[in-house]
Amino acid sequence: MTSVFRRAYFFLIGLFLALPLIVVAGVSVNEKQTLAFPPQGFSTSWYGEIFLNPEWRSALVASVTLALLSAALAVAIALPLAWFLWRRIAPWANIFQLLGVAPFTLPPVITALGLLTFWATVGFYGQPWTAVVSHAIFFVTLPLVTLSLGFTSIDRSLVEAASTMGADDRTVFRTVVLPLILPYIVSGYAFAFVLSLNEYIVAYMTVGFTMETLPIKIFNALRYGYTPTMASVTILFVATAAVIFSLVARFGDLPKLLGAMSSDGK
Amino acid sequence: MRREPPQTLGDYLPILFPAGMLTIFFVVPFGTMIAVSFFQRQQGGFYTPAFVYDNYARFLSAFFGGVLGFSLMLAIAVALCCVVLALPFTYLLTRMARRVQVVWLVALLSVLSLSEVIIGFAWSTLFSRTAGITNILVALGLMGEAKALTPSFSAVLTGMVYQAFPYTVLVLFPALVRLDPTLTEAARTLGASPLRAFFTVVVPALRNTITATLIMVFIFALGSYLLPQLLGRPQHWTLSVLITDQAIYQSNMPFAAAMAVFLVLVTLGLVALTVIAGRKGEAA
Repeated sequence: MTSVFRRAYFFLIGLFLALPLIVVAGVSVNEKQTLAFPPQGFSTSWYGEIFLNPEWRSALVASVTLALLSAALAVAIALPLAWFLWRRIAPWANIFQLLGVAPFTLPPVITALGLLTFWATVGFYGQPWTAVVSHAIFFVTLPLVTLSLGFTSIDRSLVEAASTMGADDRTVFRTVVLPLILPYIVSGYAFAFVLSLNEYIVAYMTVGFTMETLPIKIFNALRYGYTPTMASVTILFVATAAVIFSLVARFGDLPKLLGAMSSDGK
Repeated sequence: MRREPPQTLGDYLPILFPAGMLTIFFVVPFGTMIAVSFFQRQQGGFYTPAFVYDNYARFLSAFFGGVLGFSLMLAIAVALCCVVLALPFTYLLTRMARRVQVVWLVALLSVLSLSEVIIGFAWSTLFSRTAGITNILVALGLMGEAKALTPSFSAVLTGMVYQAFPYTVLVLFPALVRLDPTLTEAARTLGASPLRAFFTVVVPALRNTITATLIMVFIFALGSYLLPQLLGRPQHWTLSVLITDQAIYQSNMPFAAAMAVFLVLVTLGLVALTVIAGRKGEAA
C-alpha cells in the first residue's frame, strides 16, 4: 500500500478514535454550565467540581476503592491458578482456566444477572463488598491471561538449576519465579484496575442502589441533563488509563504482553 | 523443575483458593440463574421455587423475537464493520516500528478502557445539535444549519463500532504480528501489488483468525447495554436492555433469567455453527 494512502488511513482511524475525546475535552473547560462546543471561555472549575462536590467525590472514592480491591482479588485468584497450571501436570485443572476466561467471554449482562440472582438468594444483595467479589470474578480473565503468558516465557532450566542446588518449591517461587513473573502481575493488575474503574453493568446490577460508582453516577446524571463535570471526569479517566498503560509500556514490553513474540525485530 | 502431577495433598493447596472462588462465585451464580429461570414469579418482586416453562414461553412472542432479531443483526453489523476497518489497520500496524506500535497500542487500550457510559455521552455530544460535528460542517460552509444526528440507528452503530474497534485490533494483533513476513515478500517478488498480496496471501492465511475475531466481536457487541439506550430509540434496544429492565425495574427475575439463558444458548449456538462452517470450508 502506498505511503500516502496508509497515512490517510491511519489519520482517519486516529481521528475517529480521538474525535469524541476532543469534543469532550472542549466541553470540559467551558466557562458556563453549558455543553457548548467550541468551548465558550475557559475554566478548569469543572475539574475542581469532581473533588469538591461531595456527590462526585464519593463516586470517585467508591470507584477507585472498588477498582483497587477487586483488581487485587483478581490477581490473588489468577496467580496461584496460573502457577499451578505451569508447575503441575493436571489436565482437570484446565477446567478452572476455562472458568476464569468464561465470565469475560459471555455478554456481561449474563455474568451480572447471575451474580445478582446469587447475591439476592444468599441475602447479601447491595453490600459494597459483593461488588468487589463480582468485579474480581468478572475481570479475573485479564491477570489470568497475562500471567499464563508470563509463565510460558519463564525458562524452566533456571528453575531446574535452583532446585538442583537444593531450593524447595517455596524458595524457588520466592527467589526465581516471583521476580520473573512480577511485570506480568503488575500489568494484569493494571488491566483489571482500569477496566473495573470504568465498568457499569456488573456494578449497577450488584450494588447500583446502595453505592454509586462514577460510571453509575454519570449515567444517572445523564437522565437529568448534561453537566460539564461529566466531561471533566471522562477526560480524567482517559488520562488515568493512558498514564497507567504508558507506565506498563515503559517498564514492560507492551507488544509482547499483547501477544507479539519477542522484543527484537522492528 | 519439570512439571509433575500433584503428589501430596499439600501440592493441591495453591489451586484451592482460585478453584473455590470461581466455583462459588461463577459456577454457583450461573446455576442459580438457570434455576431461577424455571421459578414461578410472585407479585411484588419475589419468586418461589418451581419448575415451569412460562418464562421461556413468554418471550417466544413476536415482540421478543423482534428484539432478539434486532440484537443479533446489530451485533453482526458491528462485527463486520470492525473487522473490515481493523484488519488492514492491524496488519499495517504490525509492520511499523516497535515504538510507533507502542504509542498506538496505548491509545487503543485507553479507548478500550472507556466506560460504555462515557462513550455514549461523548457520541451523543458529537451527534447533538448544540455541540456536535454538524456545527463544524456549518462553520466550513458545508451545511446550512446544525442538526441532531441522534437518536438513530447509525448513531448506535457508530458508538458500538467505536467501543469494539480497539478490542478488535487487540484480538487480531497476536495473529498478525506473528504472521510470517516471507509469505507476502514471496508474493511481492512474484509481482503482486501490495493490495493484491494482502487480499490473496494475508487474508486467506488468516481465515480462521478472522472467523474467531468476528465471533468475539459479535459476542462483545451482543452485550452492549447503554449505547442503544443513549444513542437510539426504543426500537433500537437490545436484549441486554430488556433483561436488565425485567430484573431491576419490573422485578421479574425468573423472566430476566430465562432471557439470559436463552441469550447464552443463542450465542453458543451461533458460535458452534460458525466453527462448523469454518471446518467445512477448510475441508473443501
